[in-house]
Amino acid sequence: MSIIQVRHLKKSFGNLEVLKDISTVIQETEVVCVIGPSGSGKSTFLRCLNRLEDITDGEVIVNGHIISSSTVNINKVREEVGMVFQQFNLFPHKTVLENITLAPMKVRLTTKDAAKKRAYELLDKVGLREKADSYPAQLSGGQKQRVAIARALAMDPKIMLFDEPTSALDPEMVGDVLDVMKQLAKEGMTMVVVTHEMGFAREVGDRVMFMDGGYVVEENVPEELFSHPQHVRTQSFLSKVL
Amino acid sequence: MDVVRNALPYLMDGLKVTLYIFIIALILGFIIGLIVALLRLAPIKPLNWIAKSYINAIRGTPFIVQLFFIYFGLNTIPWISMDKTTAGIVTVAINAGAYFAEIIRAGIQSIDSGQAEAARSLGLTSTQTMRYIVLPQAFRRMLPTFTNQSIISLKDTSLLSIIGIADLTQRGQIQQAATYESFKIWLIVGIIYFIIIYALTLLANFLERRFELR
Ligand SMILES: Nc1ncnc2c1ncn2[C@@H]1O[C@H](COP(=O)(O)OP(=O)(O)OP(=O)(O)O)[C@@H](O)[C@H]1O
Ligand SMILES: [Mg+2]
Repeated sequence: MSIIQVRHLKKSFGNLEVLKDISTVIQETEVVCVIGPSGSGKSTFLRCLNRLEDITDGEVIVNGHIISSSTVNINKVREEVGMVFQQFNLFPHKTVLENITLAPMKVRLTTKDAAKKRAYELLDKVGLREKADSYPAQLSGGQKQRVAIARALAMDPKIMLFDEPTSALDPEMVGDVLDVMKQLAKEGMTMVVVTHEMGFAREVGDRVMFMDGGYVVEENVPEELFSHPQHVRTQSFLSKVL
Repeated sequence: MDVVRNALPYLMDGLKVTLYIFIIALILGFIIGLIVALLRLAPIKPLNWIAKSYINAIRGTPFIVQLFFIYFGLNTIPWISMDKTTAGIVTVAINAGAYFAEIIRAGIQSIDSGQAEAARSLGLTSTQTMRYIVLPQAFRRMLPTFTNQSIISLKDTSLLSIIGIADLTQRGQIQQAATYESFKIWLIVGIIYFIIIYALTLLANFLERRFELR
């Protein structure tokens, strides 16, 4: 069953056309990794999937909602679509626990006790139960990102979007975050992951999309895409990063 | 010393008037500032324009002129009748409101856009995002400039003596006229203002330290 459908998506910032014509379908439980050179539109594409960026043209259907339509209740859609950012974006004035319980309590109107209980479960899952009462400033980058993942999971999303979740981390912390993501993938979460971690894409991805210049130039199962890239641009990109 | 001892209870009553006007005007000014800041940032052009005009009008005119306009000018309109104290409070509030609006706007804009994006991506509405994520952080960051403006507004209340409000300054004038002890009277009035403002600064420092790590 497809959970995301993108048809002829176009996105411009003023006169700059960043996404030129993107079409793809993502199945439930699928893990799609998006790779490509800087400025190719990867983040913009991801942000169109929960409409953090307004969609200029084309149709985007997420979890049954036509989010490219201006009448859709986008807040409802976002409840089911978690997002993890390169810069973590934890709320610095709230404790780890409060970061995680805020949205369930304010958006879903979950009781405080239930929200806390769930938060502790998620903190166990990312291995940070003992940090519940810390503030984000007291955490390392890797810990912050794992809290950010727990915060997104607290809404029980159907889809998780990751925008270079490990790019701002010291190398020794990348593994912990990737492990959490691998675990999620194993549990059947639908994931769209913009990443420079080719190892992760190869190991966890069901499919890899290579973007360049606002187009999806090529997409395939990781093994094929990495071993036998069809397009010159894919070949030249991979020769630089692999 | 007798002069001071005799004048002090009378001056203290004036201080009460000063603080009463200051506190009410501060609260009103803050509410005005918050609303105007949000109008200034709203994605609706006419609202931005109204907010900006108000801010420019206040910043571009002297406090005394604003006071005279409100107390003497507006009071000529038949259905408006403000007593001195009300006019004083309104003037200080409207004046402070314009400066607070700019402080709050700058505070809101200083918060990284990733904060709002994270909140929105969790399904929070734009109002919830403002209320729970952006404003609490903006207020913490604003505290020093906010304190500065509050101190300026407190000092501005002394100008209300011109329309005859019996505040600390006005009572200083009366005592001075009765005793001809200009040096002692104005020294003690100055010390009282100083103590209040110093206390405000300490309070602000305390609040700032409390919120530091977060
Ligand atoms: N808000 C914006 N306003 C104007 N231009 C933007 C905006 N966001 C992105 N762009 C432009 O769109 C293009 C694509 O940006 P995007 O962030 O999607 O690229 P990316 O593939 O994620 O790159 P990177 O690997 O560096 O993160 C870039 O040229 C960028 O400058
Ligand atoms: Mg990017």
